[in-house]
Amino acid sequence: MQPLYLTLRLSSIVIIKHYQEEGQGSEVVQGVLLGLVVDDRLEITNCFPFPQHTEDDADFDEVQYQMEMMRSLRHVNIDHLHVGWYQSTYYGSFVSRALLDSQFSYQHAIEESVVLIYDPIKTAQGSLSLKAYRLTPKLMEICKEKDFTPEGLKKANIGFEHMFEEVPIVIKNSHLISVLMWELEDKSTVADKHELLNLSSSNHLEKSLQLLMDRVDDMSQDIVKYNTYSRNLSKQQQQKHQYLQRRQQENAQRQSRGEPPLPEEDITKMFKPPQPPPRMDTLLIAGQINNYCQNVKEFTSQNLGKLFMAEALQGHN
Amino acid sequence: MVATGKPGSAEESSIIIITIIIIVFCASDGGGQVALYVFTEAGELSSFSKMSVFGPVVKIHPVVLASICDSYERRNEGASRVIGTLLGTIDKHSIEVTNCFSVPHNESEDEVAVDMEFAKNMYELHKRVSPTEVIIGWYATGFDITEHSVLIHEYYSREASNPIHLTVDSALQSGKMNIRAYVSAQMGVPGKTVGVMFTPLSVKYVYYDTERIGVDLLQRTRVTPSRTKGLTSDLSQVAGSAARVQDMLTTVLAYIEDVLSGKVTADNSVGRFLMDLVNKVPTISAEDFENMLNSNINDLLMVTYLSNLTQAQIALNEKLVLL
Repeated sequence: MQPLYLTLRLSSIVIIKHYQEEGQGSEVVQGVLLGLVVDDRLEITNCFPFPQHTEDDADFDEVQYQMEMMRSLRHVNIDHLHVGWYQSTYYGSFVSRALLDSQFSYQHAIEESVVLIYDPIKTAQGSLSLKAYRLTPKLMEICKEKDFTPEGLKKANIGFEHMFEEVPIVIKNSHLISVLMWELEDKSTVADKHELLNLSSSNHLEKSLQLLMDRVDDMSQDIVKYNTYSRNLSKQQQQKHQYLQRRQQENAQRQSRGEPPLPEEDITKMFKPPQPPPRMDTLLIAGQINNYCQNVKEFTSQNLGKLFMAEALQGHN
Repeated sequence: MVATGKPGSAEESSIIIITIIIIVFCASDGGGQVALYVFTEAGELSSFSKMSVFGPVVKIHPVVLASICDSYERRNEGASRVIGTLLGTIDKHSIEVTNCFSVPHNESEDEVAVDMEFAKNMYELHKRVSPTEVIIGWYATGFDITEHSVLIHEYYSREASNPIHLTVDSALQSGKMNIRAYVSAQMGVPGKTVGVMFTPLSVKYVYYDTERIGVDLLQRTRVTPSRTKGLTSDLSQVAGSAARVQDMLTTVLAYIEDVLSGKVTADNSVGRFLMDLVNKVPTISAEDFENMLNSNINDLLMVTYLSNLTQAQIALNEKLVLL
């Protein structure tokens, strides 16, 4: 696993700013990450945002925008190597088919590309929430084959934990930026807000739990579908078996009577096997649920700490 | 009405020249107030009486400064400074600078060439993403305003009405990174010699809330020797925050000790703040607080249990499917 270095002053701040201006609704904002690969690290040095998809902008060409942007950035010596993309998320719900497809196409082209997930709501609560993910090689294999049937997945032996691997992020700044930081600290008059120590959290918790419940509902529907499919399959197997047996019996009887045996009919045409449901969605939902649970657990552990601190404060009063 | 400047240091010589010219200007004009802010060595503003604020306040986001520093680091060989366009929004009383991009240019002793096609292209691209941003000026690294700046500024006045000019001293010529903003104004004797004067504007830094948190994290990188920092999560963050509050409390306590022992004279306003602070801890009866605390803790524990259960459930499901 390659740790990920981010010369982050640009990337994170630009992402944050972009989200603030554009994504005030629940839409996601996306953009491209630029950087280079150094030894065993991936350095991200710059990024630029993608405009939103608007319906009345039919002739807008995304690829062209990207090309032009990269060409222009090359003129000013900014690294123009495409190393990944970023997306904002809403309460942690980003494991979706679209993300999988995009990340697959990126990773197919560039081996070490990552997707950076930025959670603005969590960040507003006090701690910068940036996570970098990459598809595991196993998942890459499956996506390449496009074989999403249960048998295919069973062969690859993949579970929802093996879908994404998280890459650790380290922030690195240059000396000049350190100077800038000292200057800002000097001049800036905004008081240090301790949002992290905020105790009112039930709103956030409620939302997360609601999303979790929706997902679990989806999951259970999927499971029901799968169960009906496997039941149908086994019923069909039984029917086939019975038919074969009857055939054999009849043939035996006819032989005993001296008549020519009935022709063997093609069974496969008679009993069409039911369509196996694609398992990819289930995997994704499971992964998403896992993510939600992780977030909720992290959140509750932080809150427990805060509650105990409040208790200590009261105790001294 | 006459304005004078105090010669604070060598850097103020240019201001003195400007002030003399202002005297000439006013004399010929015969009236009107001229505002002049003089930068003292500490970089703070000091204004004289009978002066009015000239021009709007410039509010800068940290992303702009970070981009400028970055483009300075990536400049071509032989270039001593970089320039670029500033994008943002204009208000009645303030100009907010929210984004910027650098523009390639060549500068030699007697001529300046700026790639304007490039600037236009970039602006179009940026406008696609954020349609509310307009060109509000340009920036340059480096300490002084040179004659070339005047030319470039003239170009930018064609793009935007009354553009502002931002200088960032990334070469740290005066030992500090001075960040200043200017607006140009015509001056001189009308009809004869005209010139351009750059009047400074007051600069403020504004952040979005989330930006503040991001910048906070970056601030912490400047203390580590390798200038790196991992992104921590979970309880350690709360611990870090609590440690910071504890530090602040110890500082306050030390101050109070000093005042009590007479080393430092007591300051009433500080005392009032301290009173506020102590009174902010809400007085709830012990029983009520205990109830609240317990119910909250119960909620959180239940949620943790449920999420663990869900995770176990889907793990089981996986295993069953793969049978």
